Order: sequence, then C-alpha cells, then structure tokens
Amino acid sequence: MKTDDLIRSLAADQAWQETPVGQALCRSLFLALPVSAVMFYVELGLRPDFMQALQSFFFDLKFVVTGALVGAAFVFALELTRPESPAARRWLLLAPLVILVAGIGLDLAIQTSPMSVRMIGSNALVCLSSIPLLSLPFLVAAFVALRRGASTRPTLSGAVAGLLAGGLGATLYAAHCVDDSPLFVATWYSLAIAGVAVIGAVAGHRLLRF
Amino acid sequence: MARSGECMGSGVRDDRSEWTDLMRSARGGDEAAYRRLLVAVTPALRSVARRALVRAGQPPDGAEDIVQEVLLAVHLKRHTYDPAQPFAPWLFAVARNKVVDALRRRGRRIFVPIEDFAETLPGEEAEPRLSEREVDAKLSTLPDRQRDVLRSIAVDGASIRETGAKLSMSEGAVRVALHRGLSSLAAKFRDGT
Repeated sequence: MKTDDLIRSLAADQAWQETPVGQALCRSLFLALPVSAVMFYVELGLRPDFMQALQSFFFDLKFVVTGALVGAAFVFALELTRPESPAARRWLLLAPLVILVAGIGLDLAIQTSPMSVRMIGSNALVCLSSIPLLSLPFLVAAFVALRRGASTRPTLSGAVAGLLAGGLGATLYAAHCVDDSPLFVATWYSLAIAGVAVIGAVAGHRLLRF
Repeated sequence: MARSGECMGSGVRDDRSEWTDLMRSARGGDEAAYRRLLVAVTPALRSVARRALVRAGQPPDGAEDIVQEVLLAVHLKRHTYDPAQPFAPWLFAVARNKVVDALRRRGRRIFVPIEDFAETLPGEEAEPRLSEREVDAKLSTLPDRQRDVLRSIAVDGASIRETGAKLSMSEGAVRVALHRGLSSLAAKFRDGT
C-alpha cells in the first residue's frame, strides 16, 4: 500500500471518537468493583465490629493511606499514558508514605502493647493472600483501560497500575482486617501491594506497549 | 551543545508550529487539516526512519514500512496528544518508540539518540523508496470485512458512502470496520504477527 493510500484511510477514520483514557480507567475500575466486592463478601466479610471500628482513629487511618495511594497511582498512571511523559507526578506516591510514617510515629508514641505484637498481628497470611486476590479484578480493569494509552514506559505503567489495583484491593481488605496498627499496615499491606505492583510490571512489559 | 539543525533557524520552526496549528484544527474536527498534517509530517518521518536504519547498519529501503507504522500509531494514539503543547515533540516521541520497535524486530539492539529526532536537514526529505510491503502483508491477513473496507477506502479511494454501497454495508458499519481494521493492523505490528 502506498503511504498516500494509508493517509487517505487514516483521514477517513478521523471522525472516530476515542474515549479519553482517564474516563475509560474510571469506568473499568467501576465495573471491576462489584467483582472484587463479591469476592470480599463471600470470602471475608466486614469485620463484626465494623461500626465501632469506624470511630477508631487507626482504623480510619488505614483508609486514608490506601485512599491516598489509589489517588496518587491513578493520577500518575494517567500521566504515563502520554509518550515520553515527564513523569512529574511520581512524587504524589510519597503522600501515602508520609501519612503512614506519621501514623507509625503516633503508634509508637501512644500504644501500649509490644511493638512486635502489633507489627506481626494476627492475620498476616490472610492479608498477604487476600489483598492480591481482591486486587486482581482491578488490575485487569486498569490494563484494559491503559492499553488505550501510549506509554513509552510500559513496565513502569504496569507497576503503577499494580499500585492502583493493590491500593483498591487493600481498601476493601481493610474493612475486614482487625489489625489496625500502622506498623502492621506498613509491613504486610505494603508487601502485598508491592507484590501486585510486581505482577503489574511484568504484565505491563508485555501488554502496555503500544 | 550545538545541534546540527539550529543553523537552519526559523524555517524549520515555522513548519513545526504549523503542525501544531493543523493538529489543533484536526482535534476540533477539521478532516482536511488532519490530512494536510499527515502529509506534512511524512517527509520528516521518512528521514528519521532512514537515518535510524543507516545508523543501525541496515539497508535504508525499509524506511517506508516504518513511516507507515509510525503514521498508523500517530493516528490511533492522537488522543494522547495534549493540544496545549507543541505537536512535534509528541510526534517524535511516538516515532522514536515505533522506530526502536521496528529495529528490534529486524534483530538489532539499538540506541536511538534523541537528537536524531529533533531536527531534519534539508535534502534529507527525499522521495519515497520501494519497500512498502509490510502493511500489505498484514492487510491480507485481516478479517474479510476489515480488509475489504480498508482496501476500498485506501487503495480504491472510495468514500465511506461509496464503500457502503459497494459492500452492502451501512455507513456506520463501514466506519466501525475501518477503525477496527486500522487497529488490527497496528496490533499486528505490535505483536509481530
């Protein structure tokens, strides 16, 4: 085919409206939510004292941390869908970290049970397995949307998608989890989310090239 | 650090800002402006493709295939261009990505310096060469509908309406088949099939 011919066909396709990636990402994450929510309710369920827990500072703090992670990863992932983006928004990922560290500081200052008990907690294995499983639908959804983008750093994009999905999975898990100590969160949630990020990076290398 | 293109001065820079204007019009729905833009950027893409092939020690007659692959990517990913920014850096970012892919497929690990894509020298923007076979080869492996619609519009030069009449399809169906055909072509390049 001559290049002029190809150009003719591209111009004929000019009117095709492509959904912006941000919109597509919101939509697909929304669609993944019921899938993960069902998995959550079937396997885990809300913790029995959920309503009282909502009044506990450290319980609420878990959601602030995971929420900050989700927000930061969402914005950064979108920035990366432009080719050779400056990736300036990577610094947003510091926000959940800072909040978590502040929480740890508070925890060390005011809690009475031994630190090792709070860090190891009672449900580390459940946490490590549940968060990645709950994150999977979100990861798939994120990839479906991000493939509409033009990332020149597909592995990084995949990792950030993993952080986004992991943050969402962790948000769900936090509603079940009885270990509220920021030390626990910093150790086990981080490990689980990092695992999802690694899966995302490996998949992204393959699937997020354009 | 002096760049080789700077001595050409404002001529090239006017081209580049014309590209930005054309692309902004195109994003606003101006189909004629879009076509003019694609035609306008093709010689620059040709010269960077040729340069990259030469640097990689490969015959430069594979350039036209690369040009077509880049144009396809530019088209399918143009929604990732931010109209508030100049168009040329975005264009060359897409081109760089596709050129690296194309060279890698031809079996080389290659580092393509950013400077190669910043400016083009006069006289490099020459006529198209012979090899334009990759798109044709992939086209023939497309599903029948997509292939027929693409051939009708691209090769036969028919309009969307004429294509619909010729193939007994509604205009909407033609548009869908056209877009899917182009996406399938790009996917075949990306996945190396």
